[in-house]
Amino acid sequence: MVDFFTQHILSFAIWLPILAGILVLLTANDAKPNQTRWLALLGSLASFAVTVPLYTLFNFADGGFQFQEGFQWIASFNINYHLGADGIAVPLILLTSFTTVIVVIAAWEVIEKRVAQYMASFLIMSGLMIGVFSALDAILYYVFWEAMLIPMFLVIGIWGGPNRVYATVKFFLYTLLGSLLMLVAFIYLFHQTGSFEIVDYYRLPMPLHVQVLIFLAFFAAFAVKIPMWPVHTWLPDAHVEAPTGGSVVLAAIALKLGGYSFLRFAMPIAPDAAHHLSGFMIALSLIAIVYIALVALVQKDMKKLIAYSSISHMGFVTLGFFIFNNLGLEGAIVQMVSHGFISAAMFLAVGVLYDRVHSRQIDAYGGVANTMPVFAAFAVLFAMANSGLPGTSGFVGEFMVILGAIQVNFWYAFLASFTLIFGAAYTLWMVKRVFYGEVANQHVAELKDLNQREFLILAILALLVLGLGVYPQPLTDMTNATVTQLLSHLAQSKLPAGL
Amino acid sequence: MTMQQIYLAIPLLPLFAAIIIGLFGKFLPRAAAHVVTIAGVGISFVLSAYVLNHAMTAAPYNETVYSWLKSGNFSFEIGFLIDRLSAMMMVVVTFVSLMVHIYTIGYMAEDKGYARFFSYISLFTFSMLMLVMSNNFMQLFFGWEAVGLVSYLLIGFWYTRPTAIYANLKAFLVNRVGDFGFLLGIGLVLYHFGSLDYAAVFSVAPQMADTNINLIGNASWSLMTVTCILLFIGAMGKSAQVPLHVWLPDSMEGPTPISALIHAATMVTAGIFMVARMSPLFELSSTALSFVLVIGSITALFMGFLGIIQNDIKRVVAYSTLSQLGYMTVALGVSAYSVAIFHLMTHAFFKALLFLGAGAVIMGMHHDQDIRNMGNLKKYMPVTWITSLIGSLALIGTPFLSGFYSKDSIIEAAKFSTIAGSGFAYFAVLTGVFVTAFYSFRMYFLVFHGKEKWREAHHEDHAHDDDHHHDAHHHGLSPTDNPHEPGWVVKLPLILLAIPSLLIGYLAIEPMLYGDFFKGVIFVDSEQHPAMQELAHHWHTIFHSAAGMAIHGLLTLPFALAASGVALAWFFYMKRPDIPALIQKRFATIHCILEDKYGFDRFNDRVFAAGSRLIGSKLWLIGDVKVIDGALVNGTANLIGKLSRVVRKLQSGMIYHYAFAMIIGVFFMLSFYTLKF
Repeated sequence: MVDFFTQHILSFAIWLPILAGILVLLTANDAKPNQTRWLALLGSLASFAVTVPLYTLFNFADGGFQFQEGFQWIASFNINYHLGADGIAVPLILLTSFTTVIVVIAAWEVIEKRVAQYMASFLIMSGLMIGVFSALDAILYYVFWEAMLIPMFLVIGIWGGPNRVYATVKFFLYTLLGSLLMLVAFIYLFHQTGSFEIVDYYRLPMPLHVQVLIFLAFFAAFAVKIPMWPVHTWLPDAHVEAPTGGSVVLAAIALKLGGYSFLRFAMPIAPDAAHHLSGFMIALSLIAIVYIALVALVQKDMKKLIAYSSISHMGFVTLGFFIFNNLGLEGAIVQMVSHGFISAAMFLAVGVLYDRVHSRQIDAYGGVANTMPVFAAFAVLFAMANSGLPGTSGFVGEFMVILGAIQVNFWYAFLASFTLIFGAAYTLWMVKRVFYGEVANQHVAELKDLNQREFLILAILALLVLGLGVYPQPLTDMTNATVTQLLSHLAQSKLPAGL
Repeated sequence: MTMQQIYLAIPLLPLFAAIIIGLFGKFLPRAAAHVVTIAGVGISFVLSAYVLNHAMTAAPYNETVYSWLKSGNFSFEIGFLIDRLSAMMMVVVTFVSLMVHIYTIGYMAEDKGYARFFSYISLFTFSMLMLVMSNNFMQLFFGWEAVGLVSYLLIGFWYTRPTAIYANLKAFLVNRVGDFGFLLGIGLVLYHFGSLDYAAVFSVAPQMADTNINLIGNASWSLMTVTCILLFIGAMGKSAQVPLHVWLPDSMEGPTPISALIHAATMVTAGIFMVARMSPLFELSSTALSFVLVIGSITALFMGFLGIIQNDIKRVVAYSTLSQLGYMTVALGVSAYSVAIFHLMTHAFFKALLFLGAGAVIMGMHHDQDIRNMGNLKKYMPVTWITSLIGSLALIGTPFLSGFYSKDSIIEAAKFSTIAGSGFAYFAVLTGVFVTAFYSFRMYFLVFHGKEKWREAHHEDHAHDDDHHHDAHHHGLSPTDNPHEPGWVVKLPLILLAIPSLLIGYLAIEPMLYGDFFKGVIFVDSEQHPAMQELAHHWHTIFHSAAGMAIHGLLTLPFALAASGVALAWFFYMKRPDIPALIQKRFATIHCILEDKYGFDRFNDRVFAAGSRLIGSKLWLIGDVKVIDGALVNGTANLIGKLSRVVRKLQSGMIYHYAFAMIIGVFFMLSFYTLKF
C-alpha cells in the first residue's frame, strides 16, 4: 500500500482533489452548506497532504524527473499517461495544493450561493493544474492545460462581478488563440519525432528558423498566461470580475503555468531560438517591469492595482529566464513561489475589505487602521513584501534576478531596479490611502477587525512570506540541480550539424 | 557563554522583545511593554560593552551564522564581523537606544500606541545591530532596508495625521531612490568580485583598481569609481545627503524619541558607517571620493543655512543633523574615515541629547513646538536647560567638549586634503562652523532665555506648517500656566547623554584617530590621500595630547567663528530682536529661497511625483486602454464581428445571390488557371 502510494504520488496529487471535488458535487445539499464546506476542507487538506512527500522524498542531487509513472494511453498516436516532476515542478505543485486549502478556508462563509459548485471548481482546478505541472506527455499536458480553464471560467462567470461576461470572453479568446498555436507546435513536433514524449523533443535537432517558429507558437500560449506585455490586458479585467478565491488562484498559480511552461517547453525544445530571441524577451520583460509599474501607480481599483503589480512582478520571472544564468533562473522560480504567497495574501486582503464594504475602490476607504488595527498590520506586512523588502519573500527573487541581470548587461539591472522605487510607490501609496489617515466615512467607522478564520489564513501566509524571506535556501536547494541541468542543456546548440 | 553566543544574543534580545510586545502587548499590562524591551536592549548594551572591551585585545571575529541562499557558484550568508568598528557602533547603538527606551516611558506615557512604540524601537535596534554587525553586503542591505522600514513605521506612528503619513511615504520612497543605486553597486561587486563577503571583496579589491567596464557604448569607466558612486548613492539616501535629504526634515513628524534615536544618532549615520566600512574600495577611486566630498560639503553648508530660519524646535535640530551628516561625509571624502566615525560617535551622543532635550521642552510646553512661543525656560526646567546647553556647546565645537575634537579634526583634515574639491570643502566646513553656532544659539536663547513669550502668544499661529492636526498632542501652554520639567525617566537619559557629550571626545580622540584602534579595519592610501597622515603629524608635533589640542583650539579660526556665531545670535535675539525682522525684509529674496528649502520639495513633487503619475496614467489610458484593448483586442473582436456580418449577408437564402456568387467564383478560378498555365 505504501509502495503503491510512493510510486504514484503524482497521480494521487492530481486525482485526489478531482475526486474530492466530484464527491463534493455529488453530496451537495443546499440545506447543509457546512457539510459541503467541511468535506471540501478535508478534501483539500488530504490533497495537500499527499503532495508533502514530494518534498520529503525529493532527491536534491538529481536534476532530472523524479516520481515518474505512466502507462500507454492511446497507442495509435503513441500518447502516454506519463507523469514526473523535477526541482522546478515540485515547488509549484506544493504551492498549488497549499493554495487550494487557503482558498477553501477563505470562501468559508463568504460564498453563500452554490457552495458545492464553488468548492468543487477549486478542488478540480487544483488537480488539473498539478496535472499541468507534472505531465511529461505533450497531449496529456495539453488536456490538463485546457481543462483547467473550464472551472476558472465557471468561477468567474458564476461568482464574478457585474462585468464578468466581458472579462470571461476576453480571457477565453486570449488564451484560446495562444493554445491553438501551441497545439500546432505539438503536432509538428509529433511529426518529426513520432512521439508526444516531451523529453524526446529536447533531443530533436532543428534549424534555427524552425526553432523560432516553434518558440513563437509556445510564446503565444505562455506569454498570454504569465502574462507578458502587451498581451496582459485580460488579467486586470479577469481579476476585477473574479471572486476572491478566483483571483487568488489566478494570481498565485495560473500565472505560473505560463512561467513553468517556458522552462518546460519553449526554452529547452528551442534553445537556439531562445537565445536568438532573448533580447526581444528581455525587452518585453523590462517593459513589463517599468511600464506596468507606472500603470499600477494610477489605478483606482485595488484589485486592478494588484493585478498590474502581478504583471510587473512576472516581468522579473521572464527577465530571469532569458538572462540564462543560475541567479536569474532560480531567482525567477523563487519569484514565482513568493508571488504565489504575496499576491494570494493581497487579494485575500482586498477580499476582507470587499466582504465588509462591497467596494474595491481605493477612495471608498481611508483610515482603516483605526478600526481594523490587526488587519492593517497584516496589510502593511504584505505591502512591504510586495515592495520587495528584505526579510520577506518578495525580496529574494527580485534580488537574485537583478544580481543575475547585471552580469549580462548593467542596463538590464538598471531598468529592473526601478521596481525598488515604483513597486514601493504604488503599494505604499495604496496603503496610505486605504489604511492611514482619519476614519474616512461611515463604512470605515463600522468595520470590524479580522475574524478568526481571516486571521488564520493571513497569519499562515505571513509566516510563509517571512520564512521564505529569512531562509530561502530550502527552496533553492530544491531547484539547484534542475536549473543547473537546464542551463547546460540550453547552452548546447540543437542546430543540425552542417547548418 | 561563548563569544559567538554573545554576538547572537546582542541583536536577538531586542528582536525577541519586539516580537513579544508586538504580538502580545495588548494582552499584557502596559508596564510590560517597557519592562520587556528595556530588559532586552539593556542586556544588549551590557553585552556590547563587553564585546567592545573584548575587541580591544582580540582579533576580529568573522563567521557565518547560517547560509541564506545558494545559487550556482554564488552563496549568500548571514554572518557577523566583529571588529572594533562594529563593536564601537554596537555600543553607541545600544546605549542611545537604551536611553531612548527609558525616555519613552515618560514621553509616550499617555499615548494609546504605547506597546506598539516600544515594539518598533526594539525592532529598530535589532535591525541596526544586524546592519553594523554584518560581514557581507547582502546582510548590510537587509539591515539597511529594515531600519528604513522601522523608520517608515515610526514616522507614520500617528497614522491619522496627514503630514505624518505623507512624510513616512516620502521617507521610504526617497530612501528607495538611494537603495536603487546601492543595489546596483552591490550587483557590480558580486559580478566583478564573485562574492559579497567583505573579507573576500576587500582582499581582491587592489587587483581590480585598474579594471574598466563599458557602460555606454565603448566609453570605458573605472569599475571602482562606478561601484563606489553607486554604493554612495545608497548612503546619500540613508544619511540624507543633498539631493536625497528631503525626507529628513519631514521625518520630524514622528515622535521625538525616534527623532533622537533614528533620525539623529543611529540610522542616518548608517551611510557614514557603510562608507567607512568600505574604505578599501573607496580608497581605490579618487573620483568617487571627490564626489563624496562635494556632496558632503554642499550638505554641510546649505542645510546649515536652513537651520537659521526654522521656528519649529525639532526642525532646527533636524537641519543641524543634516549639516553634521555633511561634515561626516566631508571627512569620508578626504579619506579621514576614522574622523568621520569619531564624529559619528560624538554626534550620536550630543545630538540625541539635543533631541531629547527638545522633546522635554515640547512636553513642558504642552506640545507646542514653536520656539517663538517659548523663552526663559531655564527657570522652570533646569535639568533640561543645563543638558541642552551642554549639547549645544558640544555641537558648535567648544574646546574640551566632544564635538570640538571631532569637528575640528574634520576641518583640519579638509584643510590638509589635496583631492579635487577639497578647497570648497574647507570653505564649506569653516563657514558651517559660524552657521552652526548661530542657529544653535538662536534656538538656545529663544527657548531658555529672554521673555516668557507663551504668556502673550496667540496659539492660532503654531509653528506647525499644517493646520490639520488638532489632536491632543498640539495644545500648547496657556498664558497662565508654568512649564514643568518632566520626571526622572526623562531627566535621567538627558544626564546620562550629557556626560559623554562632555567627555567622550577628550577621552577617545587619541586612541581612535592616532592610536591603532582602527588598525586593520579602516584602510587609507596615504600616498594618494595624505590628509590623515598630515593630521597625525600635526598631532604628534604640535598638540601632543587632547588637552593640547583644546588649548591650541582656542586660538584658531574655527573657535573665533563659533564664538562670533554665538555672539551674533545673542545680539540678534536677546539684545535687538528687531534686527532679524529687518534683515528678513531687506533680503526677502534670500529669505524666500530658504523658506522654500531651495525648491527641492516643490521640484520633486511637480517633476518626479506628478511626472510619474502623469506618465502612468498616459501609459494606462493610451497604451493599455486605447491601443492594446481598443485597437488590438476589441478591434480584433470587432473585425470578426464585421466579417461575420458580411458573411451573414451572403447567406441571404436568395437563390440568385448564390448563383451570382457561383458565377463570380467560377470566373475567378478559370482566370486563375488560364493565367497560370
